[in-house]
Amino acid sequence: MSDEIKNMTSEVPSSGGQGVFPGQVHELPGGGIVLSKLDDVINWARSNSLWPLTFATSCCGIEYMAVAGAKYDFSRFGFEVARASPRQADVIIIAGTIVNKMAPVLKRLYDQMGDPKYVIAMGACAISGGPFFYNTYSVVKGADHVIPVDVYVAGCPPRPEALLHALISLQNKIKDGLTREQLPLSPEEVK
Amino acid sequence: MNVEELKIKISELLPGAVLEEGGQWLTINIEPNQWPAFAKQLRNDTNLYFDFLFCLTCIDWKTHLTMVYHLDSTKFRHNIVVKSKLDVATPAIETVSNIWRTAEFHEREVYEMFGVNFINHPDLRLLILPDGWEGKNPLRKDFEDPINMIRL
Repeated sequence: MSDEIKNMTSEVPSSGGQGVFPGQVHELPGGGIVLSKLDDVINWARSNSLWPLTFATSCCGIEYMAVAGAKYDFSRFGFEVARASPRQADVIIIAGTIVNKMAPVLKRLYDQMGDPKYVIAMGACAISGGPFFYNTYSVVKGADHVIPVDVYVAGCPPRPEALLHALISLQNKIKDGLTREQLPLSPEEVK
Repeated sequence: MNVEELKIKISELLPGAVLEEGGQWLTINIEPNQWPAFAKQLRNDTNLYFDFLFCLTCIDWKTHLTMVYHLDSTKFRHNIVVKSKLDVATPAIETVSNIWRTAEFHEREVYEMFGVNFINHPDLRLLILPDGWEGKNPLRKDFEDPINMIRL
């Protein structure tokens, strides 16, 4: 690479950072060349268009709605609009308690979502059963007993900012290629 | 009717009734066998006209169960609470689903959660609990479920 071109090269890190394109842009007279990896470009594109499923089982749903509303507005980050069908959704936010009776429904919704799909466990109930961990006959002690989870958000319920942070963390995880589906299978899973 | 008038009226209908005051509403303690006739009077008396059963629930006191009925009159806007002690081993009371239709579902819920037998109920089976929970009564204080429950 000649010095002239090197000077015009803008190098950016291949991942992380909101909205940064993963690759090198070589400005040339009369046009330009982009150097990148296809996987990185795909991850970058996918991470910026994650439509969540309309799914909430208790009070975390209220915070979820607040994040969808005008004040916090997750559309700004590419979570354009909550879809009422799992066929049209990329990410499921488990906003609330999962009871034994709801567990098969959650599993089915997850199975109906098209790949690639991502899961956020929002709040204490979805993480571990939370306030319903002890002395209850009906609550699943963590949604990850039913479906795999990519990002956990602590709180009871979490603040809207916390959910936004989780959503952006998920985006960064996708850009880094570190979600469950992007990682290579472990030897045990191959078996 | 205000509380004083209700008290007089109830005492006429049920001379032996034990009345409680101090809560939000006037409370009457009755025996389970008095309930069917007394419920009909509360519903059909022109001056009482309790046409709305807005809450039906049960309490487990370990030594006994208490059925609790909250009644409201949409015409006169007065309320009353009826309580009845049930035996913990074989809890049974007459259904009121023929008087207040809403009791049909509420009694099914109390049946599955506490195991109260509602005599003459038209369709006494599980409401919310899935199949296989017949006779387990998870809201009883002595309920144990080693698979699903983690005891603190």
